[in-house]
Amino acid sequence: MAKVKVEFRNIALAYGKTQVLRDIDLVIEPGEFFALLGPSGSGKSTLLRVLAGFARPQAGRVLVDGADISGVPPWQRDIGMVFQNYALWPHMTVAQNVAFGLEERRLPKNVIEQKVAAVLELVGLKELSSRRPSQLSGGQQQRVALARTIAIEPKVLLLDEPLSNLDAKLRVHMRVELLALQRKLGVTTIFVTHDQEEALSISDRVAVLEAGVIQQVGTPVELFDHPVNRFIANFVGTANMFAGTLRPGADGMVFESAALGTLLLRGAPAAPAGAVEIAFRPHVVTLVEAGAAPDGGLIWLKGTVAAREFLGEFIRYVVTVGTNEIVADQAHYTDARKFAPGEAVNLGIQPEQIRLLPA
Amino acid sequence: MAGRFTLAQAALALVIALFLFVFLVVPVFTVIYAAFTSNGSFTLSHFQSFFHLTLMREAFYNSLYVGSMSVVISSILALPLAYFITRFQFRGALLVQTLGVLPLIMPPFVGATAMQLLFGRSGSLNLILGNWFGINLPIMQGLNAVIFVEALHYFPFILLNLTVALNNIDSAMEESAQNLGASGFRLFRRIVFPLAMPGYVAGAALVFLKVFDDVATPLVLNVTSILAAQAYLRITSIGIDDPIGYVASVIMVVASMAALWGSTWAMRGKEYATLQRGGSSLATRKLKPWQAVLAYGWIVFVLLLVLSPHIGILLLSFSKLWSFSVIPEAYTLDNYATVFRDSPFMLWNSLLYCGIAAGLDVLIGTAIAYLMLRTRLPGRQVLDFIATGAVAIPGVVLGIGYLRTFRDFNMPFTGLPFVSFWLILAFAYTVRRLPYALRSCVAGLQQVHVSMEQAAQNLGANNRRTIWRVVVPLMAGGILAGFVTSFLTAAVEISATIMLVAATSDAPVSYGIYLYMQSIVGRGPGAALSVIAVTLVGLGTYLSHRIMHARSMRFEMLQALK
Repeated sequence: MAKVKVEFRNIALAYGKTQVLRDIDLVIEPGEFFALLGPSGSGKSTLLRVLAGFARPQAGRVLVDGADISGVPPWQRDIGMVFQNYALWPHMTVAQNVAFGLEERRLPKNVIEQKVAAVLELVGLKELSSRRPSQLSGGQQQRVALARTIAIEPKVLLLDEPLSNLDAKLRVHMRVELLALQRKLGVTTIFVTHDQEEALSISDRVAVLEAGVIQQVGTPVELFDHPVNRFIANFVGTANMFAGTLRPGADGMVFESAALGTLLLRGAPAAPAGAVEIAFRPHVVTLVEAGAAPDGGLIWLKGTVAAREFLGEFIRYVVTVGTNEIVADQAHYTDARKFAPGEAVNLGIQPEQIRLLPA
Repeated sequence: MAGRFTLAQAALALVIALFLFVFLVVPVFTVIYAAFTSNGSFTLSHFQSFFHLTLMREAFYNSLYVGSMSVVISSILALPLAYFITRFQFRGALLVQTLGVLPLIMPPFVGATAMQLLFGRSGSLNLILGNWFGINLPIMQGLNAVIFVEALHYFPFILLNLTVALNNIDSAMEESAQNLGASGFRLFRRIVFPLAMPGYVAGAALVFLKVFDDVATPLVLNVTSILAAQAYLRITSIGIDDPIGYVASVIMVVASMAALWGSTWAMRGKEYATLQRGGSSLATRKLKPWQAVLAYGWIVFVLLLVLSPHIGILLLSFSKLWSFSVIPEAYTLDNYATVFRDSPFMLWNSLLYCGIAAGLDVLIGTAIAYLMLRTRLPGRQVLDFIATGAVAIPGVVLGIGYLRTFRDFNMPFTGLPFVSFWLILAFAYTVRRLPYALRSCVAGLQQVHVSMEQAAQNLGANNRRTIWRVVVPLMAGGILAGFVTSFLTAAVEISATIMLVAATSDAPVSYGIYLYMQSIVGRGPGAALSVIAVTLVGLGTYLSHRIMHARSMRFEMLQALK
């Protein structure tokens, strides 16, 4: 299967007065497993529907393999889509569902039979080909929907919240299978999800959408380590954030804020002075007893434990610093020192892990 | 709940079972028994003699023909309308809703006479056509008349069922087909049509059932060679012992059951096709100008047809003289005067009978719904099955069954025969309308999640208090809907009525209208009484909608307009 590139060029779409997509510019590389991540209402599903031809943008172009497909009706696009609720036709058997797209392509009967058998084999549903969709479990229905779509050997595979109707265990299992299948087929795949763990765990690259705007595009690690704004920092993982001003000092950049006082960001890259926001992940904060000798490499703050949650691999502490709260995750192991609510603690933050975000 | 059921529940079930047994099961089996026995031993000879009679054979074929053709004409009226509403962006939702309700509040036999005057050989339309083009359309001749009138009244069953079915198809069903390469007519044939089919079949079966059941319309139109009319005529003219009437009855029951079975078969296992949570209905397109002209043209045409019995009956009620003219030649209020002088007792009779019937219906309906959904009483499904089965029993057959079953039974104290006591009409209505009231009560109770009752019990309410304080208030909408539907439809019931009215003083409005329509001089007052009855029924329907659906209606309308 030839791998194709998908390009969205300045896509804008509104339903009445509601602007759903604003100037979307996005390139998905051939063979990529690409995630569109965002909260509900962010426009991610709409962008997928634009590519499938079910939503018509008021402006912009969609290029597949370099060719503009904006004027092509959905049934001539060869872009396979797996619907969120699977949309299996209840009046057809599994085999008939899978054969549908091939029949629409007027393939010879024996070819259709071969392909249906092959693709059902691929998703592990060969024995269930004469069942009706209603006789299948949720996971099986999902496989049928997938089989039906890949049977036509689409140029691009679209998955709209493919795992949202499955239970937690099955979801983890299926996402690994999805990735394996995609690697095997090599088809450029775009999938929509609101689940950051899902997006980060299996995709090559992720575009995060919010309010119809692409906030950031990058690999999962880039998004997590270098969020470009407040929204990304909060939506992809958890972050402590404080607003203040930045100025150059003798030993590096100095961050001043009412909440945390004056902090020296040793090792932070030079940045223009002015209003900024700092962000750091809970797991880069170290908690020690109030009297313990401080490590000179960290930035130290004094606080009081307000609450704690035991989450298995780590304990999440909420620590009051002045009138603000900082979340600190401490790795848990047997006999690790635990802090009780009300206990005075010192918080150490690794300065090189602090990110500067535009205020 | 310790045991499987309580004594009170068992007693309740027993009382209901007894009522259904006496007033539904026994009468129906009496009819079947009479058709298959001669002097107490089994025989098929009655069926042989039935099919030896040319008139009966003719009646048999005519009934099938009229039933089927009514479905065809109804479909022709309904299919384009359903298609317009569901597939196009459309401003006629309210209009089409009106189209759906108007015919149903007036039974076909009421408007039949007026339709004769409008569309008959020398009716308004043919007078105009004759003057201008010299042609005469045989719309109201013979069986055509019955088909035309019935189709006009019952096509909403197809329209409503099909519209719901189409609206319930998830747009993803269509989009996924497009995504895989289907479009245009192939898309419609392979996806939309099969998914909407069950709704259509359900509506079509209902039309067939209603037409097959109807005895008054053919009689008003002077068509006697159909089964319902023959059953009625044999029993009332030849006598209660004439076996041919019973054979006709059995055939009617079988045909009704076949139609019902067909609709259940079509619906079987298809409910999962309906809209899923978070799904949306099929995409609607904008009408192109020429399509809009066609669509609105068709709607106006159907609206005119649908309103013609209403308009006709209204004209007739004010007419002094109307024959061989496009519209009445002279107008008067005398017809209303006659009705107000002679017939107010009929209104009171209807109020009494239908009040009793509707009250019993919701009592029995609520009880069966509760027993079915909330207890594990053995045999509770049987109650539901029998009560629902009443749908398949034509009114004439039920009436004949009552006459035969209770013919030797005299009332205590008065010593008068039970079959001439007015209460038997109320019981017939109760049985006839029970299936609809029951569905409405079951739907009402299904909306009450069992956890709401458990919450009440958890907070200290016993079974009875829970039912009274939580279940009944939450079901109230369903119960009220059941009561109103039962009452209003019983008010225009005629098939069982014409079998069971023993004295004119016991006659309800529906029978009064039927009697008036029998004679030329009675047509005016009959029309006046019809106008009064239809106005009251229409008003009742409107008010109940206003009260019950004040909020949900608005929501539905928004949905429909989307």
